[in-house]
Amino acid sequence: MTEADRRQQAIVDEFAFLDDWMLRFQQVIEHGEAMAPLPDDLKTDDRLVRGCQSRVWLDAGAEAGAFRVRADSDSQLVRGLASLLVRVYDGLPTGEAAAVDLWFPREIGLAEHLSPNRANGLDAMQRAIRAAAA
Amino acid sequence: MPDAVAFDVERLRADFPILQRTVYDGKPLVYLDNAATTQKPRAVLDRLAAYYASENANVHRGVHFLSAEGTENYETARRSVQRFLGAAHAHEVVFTRGTTEAINLVAHGFASRLGPGDEVVVSALEHHANIVPWQMACERSGATLRVIPALDTGDLDLHALGDVISTRTRMVAVTHTSNALGTVNDLGPIVEAAHAVDAAVLIDGAQAAPHAPVDVQALDADFFVFSGHKTFGPTGIGALWGRERWLEELPPYQGGGDMIDRVTFEKTTYAGLPAKFEAGTPHVAGGIGLGAALDYLLEVGMEAVAAYEDGLIAYAEERLAAVDGLRFVGTPEKRAGAISFLLDGVHPYDAGTVLDRLGVAVRTGQHCAQPVMDRFGIDGTIRASFAFYNTRADVDALVDGLGKVRALFG
Repeated sequence: MTEADRRQQAIVDEFAFLDDWMLRFQQVIEHGEAMAPLPDDLKTDDRLVRGCQSRVWLDAGAEAGAFRVRADSDSQLVRGLASLLVRVYDGLPTGEAAAVDLWFPREIGLAEHLSPNRANGLDAMQRAIRAAAA
Repeated sequence: MPDAVAFDVERLRADFPILQRTVYDGKPLVYLDNAATTQKPRAVLDRLAAYYASENANVHRGVHFLSAEGTENYETARRSVQRFLGAAHAHEVVFTRGTTEAINLVAHGFASRLGPGDEVVVSALEHHANIVPWQMACERSGATLRVIPALDTGDLDLHALGDVISTRTRMVAVTHTSNALGTVNDLGPIVEAAHAVDAAVLIDGAQAAPHAPVDVQALDADFFVFSGHKTFGPTGIGALWGRERWLEELPPYQGGGDMIDRVTFEKTTYAGLPAKFEAGTPHVAGGIGLGAALDYLLEVGMEAVAAYEDGLIAYAEERLAAVDGLRFVGTPEKRAGAISFLLDGVHPYDAGTVLDRLGVAVRTGQHCAQPVMDRFGIDGTIRASFAFYNTRADVDALVDGLGKVRALFG
């Protein structure tokens, strides 16, 4: 099990007892609220992720051999989703980040509850992170 | 005024199979995204099935029985559109892929008549489909695009007409009803101002046709366009109505079969109306399906539809106004179809996502009307849009859902 898998398993464990979709949404929102906001001077157009209905900013790069990523959104749900991605990716060794197999959204039913279309940007965020990590 | 007996919404709902379905874990579908597309009555579904099951043939050219029958059915559908719009002649009705193509057809033809110094006027409430084709026509011709401004209420500022419409104006293209805000524009003064300077008038009727009777004679417009799929008909079909004189003057939009009179390598002459604007094999099933939808609507009665929806919209406005932290985007004098709003501190996407999970389908975002959003200084709205098959119970479900949204994001 890789570090990324361990982190994803921890997220899945947290959601395991939330059998109601509203509780899951609430959990996502709370994760978003707990994440440090991106400073306004980093909310620039070049950090915007395309393909989301809300505005999503990603700030990613390598720092002393580790992949660092921060994110923010003006949507609370998307901010929450972003915070979960940050939790998985931030601080991984640079070599590992690009190769992460992201499976937790399926496991916690977020794909089912949040993706009638791609407007939530989970997919776009994930691709942007992969591109930054490559 | 039709009474409750005359407009039996439950009986009409039974005509729409999709309204019986559920979403997610058995939630009844509350469909409030009618400005995006409307659902189809069984009359349309059956007509489409019958067409493909027993009538399919190419039209306007076959020597055989099916082709002749298909042509007759297709042309009968054109007469349904004529009746629905109150048009003088069936040959003034051109089938198009929808409103967007109809506007492009007119704008493309008009571009050849425009030059530097000429002006095309649109309004601040337009869908992108009634902006971009005119911008393209202006770019090609050197003409200038002018805009009738909107007030904070979401009504057009008709006092500005004198500034915007002038002797340089060649075309005034304006929406009847705003898709983003639900504003029903007072078209009389606009048409009058345009015609006073000999400008043509195109009315985007995409959001008007599903909600109230249309009478192109009374509107006194030169072009009226609408979409089949927003008027309970199939996707991929719509119609352009144009005054005979205008359609004769405009050049063809696309070249190909069906639109020609005689073709030689030296010179091609074009067919008469409406074939001149219908190159290639038409969307026969779509046209026939649209005819079935409009016949259905005329049977229901558009006066009755309008009266019922006025009551429903008033109820929705009243109930939404009482929702904590709700702000209407646009409070127009007259409204049809759509209500746009924001919830304090809640992103429209978040609200829409939770409503969706509750079975309530709304649209969130810019509604293909970025200039409208810019006018109000916002990124987007939550839009609930109604049709005659919606009920007060649907409004109640929306309001209850917004309560849950508030509970989650408050």
